[in-house]
Amino acid sequence: MTIQYKMIEARPAPSNTVGPVAWLRANLFSGPVNTIFTLLGLYLLYLLLVPTIQWALINADWVGTTRDDCSREGACWVFVSTRFTQFIYGLYPRSQIWRVDVTFAVFVGMIAWLMIPRLPFKRWVALATLVAFPVFAYVMLYGGHFGLPVVQTHRWGGLMLTLVLAVVGMVGALPIGILLALGRRSQMPIVKSFCVVFIEFWRGVPLITVLFMASVMLPLFMPTGVSVDRLIRAFIGITLFQSAYMAEVIRGGLQAIPRGQEEAAAALGMSYWMRMGLIVLPQALKMMIPGIVNTFISLFKDTTLVMIIGLFDLLGIVQAALSDSRWLGFALEGYVFAAFMFWIFCFSMSRYSQYLERKLHTGHKR
Amino acid sequence: MSVRSKAHSLGPKPPFWRDRAKRALIFQALLIAAVIAFLLYIIGNTQANLAARGITTGFGFLERTAGFGIGQTLIEYSSQSTYGRTFVVGLLNTLLVSALGIVAATIIGFIVGIARLSPNWLIARLASGYIEIFRNIPLLLQIFFWYFAVLRAMPGPRDSLAFGEVIFLNVRGLFLPEPLFESGFGLIPLAFGIAVVASIALTIWNKRRHEATGKRLPAGWISLALIVGLPLFILVATGVPVTWDVPELRGFNFRGGITIIPEFLALWLALSIYTASFIAEIVRSGIQAISHGQTEAAQALSLPQNLVLRLVVVPQALRVIIPPLTSQYLNLIKNSSLATAIGYPDLVSVFAGTTLNQTGQAIEVIAMTMAVYLTISLLVSMFMNWFNARVALVER
Repeated sequence: MTIQYKMIEARPAPSNTVGPVAWLRANLFSGPVNTIFTLLGLYLLYLLLVPTIQWALINADWVGTTRDDCSREGACWVFVSTRFTQFIYGLYPRSQIWRVDVTFAVFVGMIAWLMIPRLPFKRWVALATLVAFPVFAYVMLYGGHFGLPVVQTHRWGGLMLTLVLAVVGMVGALPIGILLALGRRSQMPIVKSFCVVFIEFWRGVPLITVLFMASVMLPLFMPTGVSVDRLIRAFIGITLFQSAYMAEVIRGGLQAIPRGQEEAAAALGMSYWMRMGLIVLPQALKMMIPGIVNTFISLFKDTTLVMIIGLFDLLGIVQAALSDSRWLGFALEGYVFAAFMFWIFCFSMSRYSQYLERKLHTGHKR
Repeated sequence: MSVRSKAHSLGPKPPFWRDRAKRALIFQALLIAAVIAFLLYIIGNTQANLAARGITTGFGFLERTAGFGIGQTLIEYSSQSTYGRTFVVGLLNTLLVSALGIVAATIIGFIVGIARLSPNWLIARLASGYIEIFRNIPLLLQIFFWYFAVLRAMPGPRDSLAFGEVIFLNVRGLFLPEPLFESGFGLIPLAFGIAVVASIALTIWNKRRHEATGKRLPAGWISLALIVGLPLFILVATGVPVTWDVPELRGFNFRGGITIIPEFLALWLALSIYTASFIAEIVRSGIQAISHGQTEAAQALSLPQNLVLRLVVVPQALRVIIPPLTSQYLNLIKNSSLATAIGYPDLVSVFAGTTLNQTGQAIEVIAMTMAVYLTISLLVSMFMNWFNARVALVER
C-alpha cells in the first residue's frame, strides 16, 4: 500500500466528448428529431445562400459607367456605383460636399468620444454635442455665414438627409422628453394630465399621419403669408413624435432611481431643479442610454417615411433613381444597397446598446 | 413641539413664491394660460388662412360623391359613393390587413422565438439571423422590396406561376379558388359551432373533475377531434355541398375565384415578417426570464416535459410577454398606414390621401384619421390589459 501525496495528472477526456465531432453530436445531431431539424436547416440555408451569393457576388457586374456594362446574369452594381455620390449626398452641390464630410467627421468624433469609456470630460462633450454641434452643423450644411454659399434644403438628400433628420429629431426630442417625463411624474394634477395627454396622443397615432399633419396643417397654423420650409415641417413633426417616445424611456429610467435619493437631496435643502439636475437625472440618464439608443434606431428607420411627404432621404433617392428611364429594372440592386446601408447603421447601434446593457447590468443576473 | 411652533412664529411669513402649494397653483395657472393662448393663436391663424383660401370647414363633405374607384373593397362601393363611404372602406381595409398581419406575425414570431432557444446550434443561428436581418431594415424598404422587386416583377397573366393549376400568381396578384356554397351548407357552420361549445363545456367539466378527483381526460385531443371531426362528418354525410370556382385565364386576365391584390400581399408580408422579428425577441426574453429553478422544481416533481412547459413555463412567460406584445400589435396597426406608399387602399391612403387632395378639408380629414388610430390604440390596449390582468400573478 503506497500513499500518494501528489495530485495524479488528469487523464484526457474520452475522445467522444471533446473535439469537433463531439460538438457536432451534441449540438446538431443529438437525436433523431434534432438531426432532421439540422438537415432541414442546412437545406434551407442551401436554398437561400447559393442563389444569393451567385446573384450578388459571382455573376455580378462591378465596373462600368452605363447600362451596357451590365450583363444581366447577376446583380449589376454599376447602377449603384454610378449614382453613389447622389445616394449619399442627394443633390448637394459637388463643390461643397466637403462641408458635409467635415460635419459628419466632427459628429463621428464626438460620438466616438462619448462611446469610448476611458476618455475624460464626457459631460462637456455631451453638452457640446447637444448644444454647440447643432449650430455648427447648421452653419456648415446650410451656409450663409463665414463666406459659405447657401445650399437650399431642397438640394439635401440621400444618406446625409437621413442622418440629419434622425439627429435633429433626437437632439430636439431629448429636452422635450425630459420635461414631459418630469411633468408626468409631477404632483401637480394639471401639469401631469397635460403631459399624459400629450404623450399618449403622439404615441397613439402613426408617424405618417403626423408627417401629413405637419405638411398640410402646419401651414394653416402659421400667420397668413408665412411659409415654413418643407424640411422644417418634417423636423417639427418628427421631434414632437419622438419626444413622446423619449419621455416614456426617460420615465422608465426615473422610476428606477430609489425614492430615497430625491428625499435625501430634499433634506439637504435642494430645490426641485437642483434635485433633478444634480441627483436624479445624472443617475437615471446613465441607465437610460440603452433605451435612448433603441429609440434612436427606430427613429433612424422611421425617417424613411419622409419620402411620402416629398423629401428625398436615402430610400427616397434610391426610389427616385429606380424610375430613371435609362436604368429601369434595377429595383433589386437599389433596394439591396439601401437595405445594406440601413442595416449596417442599425445593427451596429443595436450591438452597442446590448454591450451597454451588459456593462450597466452589474447586479445579479439570472 | 414647542420649539417648532416657536421657530414658526419667529420669522416673518415666507413670501408666496416660497410656498409650495401657492407656487404649484401659480405654475399650473400659467400653463393653462399658455396652452389657451397658443390654441387661440393657432385657431385665429387657421381661420384667417382658411378664409384666404376660401375653404369652408365642417363635415358636410362626407355626404358628397367621391368620384373615384378603390381597388379592394370589403363592402359595396363605387365611384358614385360618398366620401363617408370612402372612410369606411379605408377603415375596413386597414383593419383587414392589421388583423391578418397580427395573426401571421404572432405565429412566425413564436416559432422563431422558440427556435432561437433551440439546443440545435444551426436552428438557433438561423433564427437569430432572421431576427437580426429583418429587425434592422426599415419597414418601408421591406414593403418596397416585396412590392416593386418581387410582386411587380412577376410575369404577366399568360405566364403566371401556377401552383397545382388552381392557384395562380402573376403581376396582377394572387388568384385563389373560391368555395361556392350550395344549399345545405348551413349545417356545417352549425356543426362547427356546436363542436366549439361542446369543447368549452368539456374543458370546464374536465377541469372541475380534475380538481375534485384528480382524474382527467385528454380534453385537448377530444376537443380537437370534435371541432375537426363533426363538421367533416356533416360535410361527407350531406354529400359535400361545395363547388370550387377555380380562376381561369380568359383574354388578358384571370376570371373567377378570389383575387388578392399585390398591394395587399406586399404590405401583409412585410408587416408580418418585420413585426415577427420583434415578437420573436419578446418571446425569447419572456421564456428566458423564467428562472431555471422553476423548470428544475417542476422536473423534480417528475412532471413530463410537455406539462413542465404547459403548467410552469408558459403561464409565467406569458406574464412577461404580454405587455411588450401589446405594443408590437399597436405598432403593427400603426405601421399598416405605410400602405399609402404602395397604394394599398387603407384609411390613410384613400382618406388622408385622395379624399384630402380632392376636398382640401385638411383639418377634418387629419383629425378623423388620427381619431381612428387613437381609438384603435385605446381599444387594443384595453383588451390586452384585461387579458393581462387575467394571467397576472395573484399576489397577496
